Amino acid sequence: MGEAIVVTSGKGGVGKTTTSANIGTALAMQGKKVCLIDTDIGLRNLDVVMGLENRVIYDIVDVATGRCKLHQALIKDKRFNDLLFLLPAAQTSDKTAVTPNQIKKMVEELKQEYDYILIDCPAGIEQGFKNAIAGADQAIVVTTPEISAIRDADRIIGLLEKEEIEPPKLIINRIRNHMMKKGEMLDIDEITAHLSIDLLGIVADDEAVIRASNDGEPIVLNPNSKASIAYRNIARRILGESVPLQNLDTTSKGVFSKIKQLFGVR
Amino acid sequence: MRKLQNVMIKGTKDGLILHLDDTCSFPELLKELEEKISIHYKQNDDTPLVTVRIHTGYRYLTNQQEQAIRNLIRHKKNFVVESIESNVVSKEDADRMKRESEIVSVAKVVRSGQVLSVPGDLLLIGDVNPGGTVIAGGNIFILGALRGIAHAGYEGNLEAVICASLMQPTQLRIGEYINRAPDRDDQERHDMECAYVDDSNVIVIDRLQTLIKLRPNLTRLIEGGL
Repeated sequence: MGEAIVVTSGKGGVGKTTTSANIGTALAMQGKKVCLIDTDIGLRNLDVVMGLENRVIYDIVDVATGRCKLHQALIKDKRFNDLLFLLPAAQTSDKTAVTPNQIKKMVEELKQEYDYILIDCPAGIEQGFKNAIAGADQAIVVTTPEISAIRDADRIIGLLEKEEIEPPKLIINRIRNHMMKKGEMLDIDEITAHLSIDLLGIVADDEAVIRASNDGEPIVLNPNSKASIAYRNIARRILGESVPLQNLDTTSKGVFSKIKQLFGVR
Repeated sequence: MRKLQNVMIKGTKDGLILHLDDTCSFPELLKELEEKISIHYKQNDDTPLVTVRIHTGYRYLTNQQEQAIRNLIRHKKNFVVESIESNVVSKEDADRMKRESEIVSVAKVVRSGQVLSVPGDLLLIGDVNPGGTVIAGGNIFILGALRGIAHAGYEGNLEAVICASLMQPTQLRIGEYINRAPDRDDQERHDMECAYVDDSNVIVIDRLQTLIKLRPNLTRLIEGGL
């Protein structure tokens, strides 16, 4: 029996889809059988980020209305041998085309076969959000170190607490370390204290993420990027490992300063 | 056996007190009351208004019955009913009074979009985040950070206070008065503070300890205390 995890944020543009794609891919890299569900009907893009856009034949609305079987709509990611699948959203309808119950049924069905089902939630708190959380057992809330994103995350956490879901976990995305250090951005401790939920991971703002998304290749496939390591760490934490938080210091230090550090000289 | 009077009238310097018997039937009582005030006070029409306080003993009066008595006395032109007192209250009222004087403790974070409302005092073990609201009929005590909106004494109790371990509210409301945070972020810390309505009807924020003098009623310990 698998676990269904919804990735949500309230605010748009904080990186829900990127997070879903990368955590899903990272879990598949760990040998887990993963299914990604895009519930952003009308504004789908998880397929684009995954580089699977050209293979979409049936979508979630076709499954909900019975035009096709669930397994027919699933797209297999060839990069992972039968481990990573995607159920795409429809582009032609809107959020009201499916009901929470229909999604719940699909997720229940997928849970029989997959280890993890990652549900990519649309922005907002309306029908699309209700659809996305309907079948979820766990929730991941994505936020960025901006007041507006944190406000919305707070609202979403409040709504999630009313559902029969485990307490949500937090991912802070797009961290710019130099701004945080200067105090121009809210720091990680402040954010987690304010939202008072467990921190699942932090992801640095990394241009490579944008490049990778544009190429349709999740960043986790590139082992040299900071963000990639961050997503891999998050996947390992989901699997129950305890991985320390990534050090975001990017300034490469010379040998001399490393020796100084060793002796505690500033 | 000689029947006792059902209505006794006592004069005091503040006005009249009517003691109504609590064992006879209500119609009987009403009838006797009418007779009494008609007989005794018909002649002196020119006297100034007389306030009347009514004690009903252990009789519970419904709203209708209370109104009937008020009407009866109102018709005697120079009488004004000041209050009707009774030794008993209904279960409903007692429950309400209990709830209004109770401190309700809640352990949670009140998040954006959430409203937490209690009839009496609120003791919140947690934070109020921006966009969240707490409302209480009485006082509000927050053991965590207040960053959202707090409305104390929402039914008009201006004696109500708001206390918080960290006072950074977006808005404070006490009764009908509103105070909002300054537009500019002040860098001071606001630990252990309280808000109350002062004599000029403005909500002021001050050290928690000022309440000891300003609101002695907050102390409910009656005996055996310090």
